[in-house]
Amino acid sequence: MKKFVRYLLPVAFLFSLVLILSGCGKKSLSQQDVLTNDRQSNTITWGVKADTRLFGLMNIKTGKVQGFDIDMARAITKQILGKNGKAKLVQVTSNTRIPLLKNGNVDALIATMTITPDRAKVVDFSEPYFHAGQAILVKKGSSIKNIRDLNYKGAQILGVQGSNSVQNVRKYAPKANILELSDYAQAFTALKSGQGVALTTDNGILYGMSVEDPNYVVAGGAFTKEPYGIAVNKGQKPFLRKVNAAVKQMKKTGEYQKIVNKWFGNVQGFEEGGN
Amino acid sequence: MINILVRYWPELWSGLLSTLGSSLLALVGSLILGTLFAFMEISSHRWVKFIGRVYVEVFRNIPLLVVTMFFYVVIPMFIAKVNGFTAGTIGLTIYTSAFIAETVRAGIEAVDTGQMEAARSTGLTYTQAMVQIIFPQAIKITIPPLGNQFINLVKNSSVLAFVAGFDLMYQGNVVAATTFNTSDTYLAVGLMYLILTLPLSYFMRYLEKRLA
Amino acid sequence: MHNFIQAYSWLNIRYLLEGLWVTVEVSVLSIIFSFIIGGLLGILRYVKIKYVSAIIGFVIDIIRNLPLLLILFFTYFGLPNLGFKPEVIPAAILAMTVFESAMVAEIIRSGIVAVDAGQMEAARSNGMTYVQAMWHIILPQAIRKMIPPLVSQFVSLIKDTSLATIIMLPELMYHAQIIYGQNSNYVLPMFLALAVLYFIVCYALSLLSRVLEKRLSA
Repeated sequence: MKKFVRYLLPVAFLFSLVLILSGCGKKSLSQQDVLTNDRQSNTITWGVKADTRLFGLMNIKTGKVQGFDIDMARAITKQILGKNGKAKLVQVTSNTRIPLLKNGNVDALIATMTITPDRAKVVDFSEPYFHAGQAILVKKGSSIKNIRDLNYKGAQILGVQGSNSVQNVRKYAPKANILELSDYAQAFTALKSGQGVALTTDNGILYGMSVEDPNYVVAGGAFTKEPYGIAVNKGQKPFLRKVNAAVKQMKKTGEYQKIVNKWFGNVQGFEEGGN
Repeated sequence: MINILVRYWPELWSGLLSTLGSSLLALVGSLILGTLFAFMEISSHRWVKFIGRVYVEVFRNIPLLVVTMFFYVVIPMFIAKVNGFTAGTIGLTIYTSAFIAETVRAGIEAVDTGQMEAARSTGLTYTQAMVQIIFPQAIKITIPPLGNQFINLVKNSSVLAFVAGFDLMYQGNVVAATTFNTSDTYLAVGLMYLILTLPLSYFMRYLEKRLA
Repeated sequence: MHNFIQAYSWLNIRYLLEGLWVTVEVSVLSIIFSFIIGGLLGILRYVKIKYVSAIIGFVIDIIRNLPLLLILFFTYFGLPNLGFKPEVIPAAILAMTVFESAMVAEIIRSGIVAVDAGQMEAARSNGMTYVQAMWHIILPQAIRKMIPPLVSQFVSLIKDTSLATIIMLPELMYHAQIIYGQNSNYVLPMFLALAVLYFIVCYALSLLSRVLEKRLSA
């Protein structure tokens, strides 16, 4: 009996720990008003990508991330906080961005994030600030011309954990196998290593990869519409309104178009909208 | 947490099986490789000994993740296709074999050197004495730490999550990304790991006490 | 060959070394913290204070039997739910410390156990108090026995910092992945560099421990 108790105790302890932890998880989201906090510190903390060329990519020379999302984050910060407002950038991946937002590590996400109904249940989205569409990237000269060509048993398609592209592709190519890597750099490396025949995600990201290595091309055009939104926590309506107003203002003054041209002006074959 | 376990049970269960499968395969593989390199390490031949030492020192001092990623990323670029599960299992095998080689070598060296001389004087060759007299005793010393190696393997096999190896950790990541309920998902995954490792860990302690 | 020369440009090497610095920083701090915390926990578990030792024992057993990867995730994503919101470097140090403290505590405990129990009684019968006997007789012997497993644990710690790429800790592995992620010609050179750099750091620690061991046994 004594022995039994000795082995039971850790299990009981574990369960109570689990219950305590999962109980606490329900409440303490960042309940303070983000806008007020940010005004006080004169800083907005953004979750951005560091593995995605054109949108958010680490520059080895400077040690800083750069891309369309980064420029947008900086510009929106200036719109909201004034010229001296600081944008603090925290690196996220598709898999880590929602937890980091919900936990309050970042105030907002501008990280190639498609507005989807599922995500809208846990975070609030701004108006779309970019219109992408999902496509596939294949090796030049590959026999795969579009997503339908991948719908066979044994096809290996690469994607990224936490992106909605992997869910979409299950609809278009239900017979294929999907391998989810931890970020886009890993997924692209896996494609080059032949771990899959195609990589699927939004065309903007894929064009970035194609720029990086022209041996890989976007095939078949976009087959979904992927409007990107800026995500903030639920209950941060004042902050969200400011973000929306900032983007609107930037579109009016032409600043938005300038940023789009800077990053996508020279990308061949790219057209915003994903038709 | 309970509803995640219930709703995503098929995914998590298949992940658990992959974790277990990879760990078992790697255990067998690293036992064979580890014993081989242990013998190389104690060989009287200079070059064989050197190769054994280099193998053990190199793989004891390089992260498992580097070895695994090497097989997932580099080998397919130059030699042959290796999928995530295989790359992870090969990585685990090589990494663990270096530790097992050290354990087996220490086991052989712990067996009294007088026994070798005694065996040789009765007319046995070096190989015969090693295989029939020394090695069986060394294995007896080596077996208890093997249980701990298996626990390490189960824990370390989470490295498969980096290479889409469909193990428990990978499935946990997928579930977390689908439900957006990160902490509950990882609690559930943690519980499933403990189901594999905790009983074994207590059994090992019991065994150690009995053998002591 | 051309790839190698390009891959080892000063820019890339500098970026790798920046990563290595974070690896070393996180490792050293985690080693110090986990040695102190793990040591205390190991002794507390050994001396058998009612309930306290038992509870510490359970917690240690649970942590030891979980993958470090899971603990890393939990520290970075789970803890903020409890109102504690570490940045990525402190989060990595915290996770490593929690995991390694449990491992160290177990090494310390079994090290003490391995010292003959009769010695404690002998020391006590010579008029020493429990604490005195522990401090002067048991621990010095135990520490000598603990050094090899402790050092190999700390070598593991250094290697395991590579797992923190998953929470985007800007350490050596993460930086190498960023470099070869941007140019696939650099994949092989980067893996070679990773192997060499990790080997140097880990092997140096092993050598250091051999010197230490010799000194203590002298």
